[in-house]
Order: sequence, then C-alpha cells, then structure tokens
Amino acid sequence: MKSIISFELYKIFRRPRTYIAFGAIAALILVIQFGLKVDGQSYAAFLMKDINDTLTVDGNVLNGYLICYILLQLLLVHVPLLVALIAADMISGEANLGTLRLLFSTPFTRTQWVLGKFIAASIYTIVLLIWLALLALFLSMWVFGTDDLFLMKSNYVVLIEQNDVLWRYVGAFVFASFSLLTVTSLGFLMSSIANNSIGPIVGTMSAIVFFTILSTLNIPLFSMIKPYLFTTHMNNWKEFFDIQVNDNNEAIKGSILNVAKIKTSLIVLSTHIVLFVGTAVYITRKKDILS
Amino acid sequence: MMKKLFAIFALLIYSFSSLAQVDPLIEKVSKKLALVNDYVGEGVMKTDVSFIKASLGKVKVYFKKPNLLKVKKDGGISLLPKGGVSLTINTLLNTKQYSTIAAGTQVLNGKTLTVLKLIPTDENLDWVIATLWIDPVEALVYKTATTTKENGSYEITMQYGAYANYGLASKIIFSFNTKDYKLPNGITLEFGDEDAAAKQKALKNKKGTVEITFNNYVINKGVSNSMF
Repeated sequence: MKSIISFELYKIFRRPRTYIAFGAIAALILVIQFGLKVDGQSYAAFLMKDINDTLTVDGNVLNGYLICYILLQLLLVHVPLLVALIAADMISGEANLGTLRLLFSTPFTRTQWVLGKFIAASIYTIVLLIWLALLALFLSMWVFGTDDLFLMKSNYVVLIEQNDVLWRYVGAFVFASFSLLTVTSLGFLMSSIANNSIGPIVGTMSAIVFFTILSTLNIPLFSMIKPYLFTTHMNNWKEFFDIQVNDNNEAIKGSILNVAKIKTSLIVLSTHIVLFVGTAVYITRKKDILS
Repeated sequence: MMKKLFAIFALLIYSFSSLAQVDPLIEKVSKKLALVNDYVGEGVMKTDVSFIKASLGKVKVYFKKPNLLKVKKDGGISLLPKGGVSLTINTLLNTKQYSTIAAGTQVLNGKTLTVLKLIPTDENLDWVIATLWIDPVEALVYKTATTTKENGSYEITMQYGAYANYGLASKIIFSFNTKDYKLPNGITLEFGDEDAAAKQKALKNKKGTVEITFNNYVINKGVSNSMF
C-alpha cells in the first residue's frame, strides 16, 4: 500500500496541472491581501458603518486574523473546484490512457489500488489546504499584524480576544479538511464511473455548484433535504468563530456556541466520504476494463 | 417711563445673573476634583450591547486636566460609546463654561441626592444639557445624564470606594441608546443559520452599557500628552 501511495503521489506532483491549484490560491490570496493593505480602511469603514453610529472602535480591526477569515469565506467555496481537478482524474485518467489494465494486473488488489489512489489524492488535498493556511493565516498575520478578531455577522458582532483565536483556526482548518476530503471522495467516485478525465471533473464541479445552490436557497421544499447534503455542512467551519455568552451578556472565552452543529457536520461529511469511497471501491472491483 | 424701563431691565439682568450663578455644591465638587491633575486608572471593562458578543477586558483610563481623557484596552480592540466617554464629571465641570439650575432632590439607591442641571454657556461645547445627581454631604456625583449635539444622550452612573476623597469612582457605568445593526448576507457571506438568541436579543434591546470597574488609580504622577 505504501508503495502505491508514493507512486501515486509521484504521479500527482509530476503533473503541471497539480500546480494550477497552488498558483490560483496564491494569486487570489496575494491580490486580496494587496487590495486590503492598500485600501482596507475604506472597506472596514463600509462594513462598520452601523457600528460607528453608536460606538467608537479602537484597535487594529483589519488585522491578520480578520483578513484570514475574509479569505477563507471567499476561497473555501472555490477550493473544492480545484480539488476536483486532481481527484476526479485519479482512476478515469488511467482508464483514458489505457494504463488501468496494467495497474490491475500487478500483485496488488483493485481495492488496494483504489484506496492507495484515494489516500494520495487526500494527501494532495491536505497539502493544498496547508498551502492555503500558510498564505491566508500566517502571511496575513505577518503583513497585517494581530489583534482581537472583530467579526461582523449579519445580525450581530463577535469580538474574540487574540489569545483565543489561533486554536479556532486550527479547528476550522481541520474541519475544512473534512469538507475538502468529501469533495475528493466525490471526485473519486465520479472518476471510478467514467473512462475519460473531463466528464468526472466537470461532473464533480457541477454537483458541487448544484448542491451548494440547493443548500443556500431558503425554500421550505428544499429544507427537508438540506440537512443531508454535504454542501450544507461544508461551510460550518465558521461555527468555530461564534462564541457563547453568559446571562450578563459576557462572552465566554474558549467557548464555541454550537459544538453539536460541528459534530453533526463532521458525522455527515465523514459518512459521505465513506459512502463515496466505498461505492468507488465497489464499482472499480466490478468494473469491466475495456480500455 | 424711562425709570420704569430701567427698573425692568435691571430686574431682568439680576434674574439672569442669578440663574447663571454656579451652585455652591458644584463649587464643592469642583474643589474635590481639583485635587486631581491627572490620573491613570486600571480596571476591567465590560461591554454590554445587545448585538455585540464581547468578553471582559483590562483597560487603562488616562486623564489630564482640564479635559483630556482616553480609555485604552490592554492589547485589543475596545468598544466605547461614541463621544460619551469623554463626557465624565471632570470634563464637564473643568470647562467652567456653564450655568446651573437647581432641580430639587431625588432618592437614588437609598441616598438623597441634590439634582442640578448644567447648561453650557459656550455654544461650541459638544453637550446641550447635563443633569447631575450629587450627594451634598460627600460632594460626590453619583449620576449624570448628558444630551449631546451629535451623539445622542448618555447616562453615567458612579459608585465610590477607596478613591472617593479624590472624587474618583470605583465603578463607572455608561448607558447609551444603540442604533440598529444589520449587514446584508451578501456582504458578510453568512448564508447559514446565525445564533437565533443573539439575533432576537439584538432586535429587542436598544440600550447599551459599558462598565469600567477600577482596581487602582495612580494620581498626580504625570501623564504624557502623547497618551491622548
């Protein structure tokens, strides 16, 4: 299994396509950071218009922690599309090239190959997420400095002390890894069905877009199925940044408002991963290789 | 006829000048406050605004005569009522540009307090009218209500402890009216469910408070102008 994983990783990181995602993430983050560094104060003033009518906010609001939150809000919706580029090609790419027959004639079983390929694709996904964390969090902290995290939600504001923030980002990135691994496994499932690369890549992207729209639409008919859609849960990393208050309306340091919601989301995402990978293994084992 | 007019004019001048006189109680309070040229107060600040979730934070309050005042949080973002914090008793009374009107007495937390209204004589001042609830025996101000030109009305309630001799409070509560807070989902990118309880609270309560509980004051040791 270890040799399959290192072999697959070698193949992934040899392809120029792999680095499109790294390049795209770096370009987007650097452009947004540049924009906020040059003209961030007017952006912050626009966001804080309602608050400034009542209160004077003193401190470095536009600090690295807030910049990272803004970046994650923007990017974690789109990174799944970049993950699909690689994951959805893992089996179908071999079928397209006619090398799948060759792989399955080795002493390793089909299940070992599929699982090895999935683990390799998952490592790529995690490395991409670490790259995102390095640029979005640590580069932002270096460029913009650190202070309390002043989060403006639609109906209320959350002020989290700076020494209470970093562990929340660790939690958020771990959660995001589950979200992205769900996409990896979906791409993998699509890849096991098709015999060319384009179909599964476009299919995975379409599924993500389709289910994301269903998840964000507030139509009662869709509310019944929303809890079961993985896209509904993918954005729940934000729950790490909502805090409990006591009866005196004092925020409780180190608390998370809705731990149960995070747990439920992790269970739903994990179930999807197991289901998608399990189905991919089943399909591949039964697959009649004609290419 | 001229004599009568002169008499009416003199009477008017006398009545206005008696209105504009500074109350002896205010003089007593001012005298106490005059003992303090500057101070640095250390304390804990609590922000209680319906649409804000914030924890307690350590703050330092810097004051320098006549009316320089700054509240700084120890490494962090502080939220203070707009324009309200600068209108403490020191900053109100140290301007010396006001007239006082007696408004009777009132019982507040078991203490019988003299109520005085201050009207600024300098139209460039930020405030329009201020009401002071003063203990005539201790010469301590327990409550002020100030209406400002641009930032609405504020109430400041004081409690006294070890530094009462200097007229410095051990606890100050700023109360103020808050305006609606709402950001479109398209800007916040929050399409999921938000904390329903917090949302409900934000809609209901339109009054906010900022409490500072002081642990310690450093008085008359000098404060640099760069702090303000």
